[in-house]
Amino acid sequence: MTKLLQVNDLVVKFGLRAGDLTALNGITFSLDPGERMGLVGESGAGKSVAGFSVINLIGKPGFIASGNVVFEGEEISSLPLEKMRDIRGNRISMIFQDPMMTLNPVLTVGTQMMETVLAHKKVSRAEARETALENLRKVYIPSPEKRLEQYPHELSGGMRQRIVIATSLITNPSLIIADEPTTALDVTIQAEIMDLLLELCEKERKGLILITHDLGVVSQVTRKIAVMYAGRIIEKGETDKIVRNPQHPYTRGLIAALPQTEQRGKRLAQIPGMMPNLTSIPPGCAFNPRCPHAMDICRTREPEMFPCPETGGETACFLLDQERK
Amino acid sequence: MIMNQTLTTTIEKVISVENLVKHFDISGGFLDRLSLRGGRPTLRTTSVKAVNNVSFNIFPGETFSVVGESGCGKSTLGRTVLGLYPPNSGRILYRGERIDNLSASRMLPYRARMQMIFQDPYASLNPRMSARQILEEPVLFHNPGITRGEVRDKVDEVMDMVGVDPQWGERFPHEFSGGQRQRISIARALAVDPEFIVADEPISALDVSIQAQVLNLLMEAQEKRGLTYMFITHDLSVVEHISTRVAVMYLGTLCELARTDELYTSPRHPYTQALLSAIPRLGETGLKHIRLKGEVPTPIDLPSGCVFHGRCVYGNERCRREIPNLHTLENGTRVACHGVEEGRI
Repeated sequence: MTKLLQVNDLVVKFGLRAGDLTALNGITFSLDPGERMGLVGESGAGKSVAGFSVINLIGKPGFIASGNVVFEGEEISSLPLEKMRDIRGNRISMIFQDPMMTLNPVLTVGTQMMETVLAHKKVSRAEARETALENLRKVYIPSPEKRLEQYPHELSGGMRQRIVIATSLITNPSLIIADEPTTALDVTIQAEIMDLLLELCEKERKGLILITHDLGVVSQVTRKIAVMYAGRIIEKGETDKIVRNPQHPYTRGLIAALPQTEQRGKRLAQIPGMMPNLTSIPPGCAFNPRCPHAMDICRTREPEMFPCPETGGETACFLLDQERK
Repeated sequence: MIMNQTLTTTIEKVISVENLVKHFDISGGFLDRLSLRGGRPTLRTTSVKAVNNVSFNIFPGETFSVVGESGCGKSTLGRTVLGLYPPNSGRILYRGERIDNLSASRMLPYRARMQMIFQDPYASLNPRMSARQILEEPVLFHNPGITRGEVRDKVDEVMDMVGVDPQWGERFPHEFSGGQRQRISIARALAVDPEFIVADEPISALDVSIQAQVLNLLMEAQEKRGLTYMFITHDLSVVEHISTRVAVMYLGTLCELARTDELYTSPRHPYTQALLSAIPRLGETGLKHIRLKGEVPTPIDLPSGCVFHGRCVYGNERCRREIPNLHTLENGTRVACHGVEEGRI
């Protein structure tokens, strides 16, 4: 079976006056058709850059320095711009955190949705309108005819995000990349939007990359997970196993830092310090200054991905090196 | 009911809020307000009904959390309690003294007793003042006649307390990370030795690992200094962790007030039930949340009766007509719901 998406040892750099800044340092992951993956990490870990670079949407001064992205068997990281446009928003759709950023404030919902239909399909305006309506119904928007005439500011945050999702579905993409799609929304609306994404992905067998800092959300909708730290993937595996039994000290710290019902009122486990700035990543393992288990080797050599049966995946930590045990 | 009232007045309260109402006039200028009604020009007033008839008490040493979704009036409530907004009606008492109608100068002694921590440490610290200047300002203001040495000692003490090295005092806010800035905001609140702190979303702008650090700091400060917190947030798992009691707000109204364990194990108000079911929990697969009908109505035109009736599956004729009052259940939980009162929910 061909993979839906393969990202191979992707390195993304930003050319700055002071020299190149490495934002993504060799990330590798793959997705089967219809599979859902969570990409988690704290701000500055590089998870959004990872999402953007899949569809080669990194603006200057950023560039892909090495590695590649293979989508449905075709290498897309080196495609010329015009060809990339056929894939972007067509076979791969992206949903962003702030729906107001995606929607044009001076055009009605109908105009924007029909524009998308007309850009990707050769149909009449009446047919385009019909397609827009059909997609609005898919995301359970009440009275869709009325919504087509409305402007984004007339709608609530949850409704706007539904419209963004409806628009992204128009071209029937096989992969959706959702970058913090519910971070700006309230919990009850977040639950509804996640419900919707889950249902759409399951019903139409779409792949999903969910980029978020919220481990709770990831554990509800994804089957596998990749944890990022300072531009690298440091742990990946099956979501339920990683959430129950994380192996990398950073993932462990991250999960222990979440308030849990059983620990009410007690001191929370905390990871000392903070994530390094990309300009000053320490030598060796990037996490070593904050790690309670740091050994000498961690300060000099960067750990490779070691297979990890506990999580059904791989972990970049010398603690998991079998030969060292 | 009478029994209950006498009981609560005998226990000492830090804060009492009685029938608080806060509306914001958004009518705009004269021309915006002018409209024709029946052929006659009339002036219209439009107001946002942010807080409607809210009453509660906060007891010494507790963490009283206010939760709700955006626009429910929780931040307005916090600011009105501290006197940053004047209420339209109702009373606010601090240790039994009425403070909502005081002049600025008579309010001054209370300002030092009550402090606030804001959500965004990027906006709440003056970018042109060094950390030390930021922390010195409230100490000097509230302690006239204090010597330079005493100010310095006080600032060093609070910086130590929040885990920011006093040697960094000459640095400016932009030189600190988000977590450190929030520590400085907390230090600023602690600098005047307050008794009561309103913390408005103090950790929402921070990453998970930093959130834990700041929460631990807040809990530590409470333990060491016997602080009372009013904690305003939308993060329900944080609330569960740190609160003594929780008040749930919806559209400017208090719908449920209960002890934390009671609220999380047996929420009674249909809105609380929906809200709690929507928390994404680790290790749960799939989504099992309660779906609500429709969307939150605007606080400009409040629904009649119970503000939640349009979205509630249990809503009936009485809910549409009559505003429910908070009433107390056997376990001490207070709920404003006709359905719970009648025993049908």
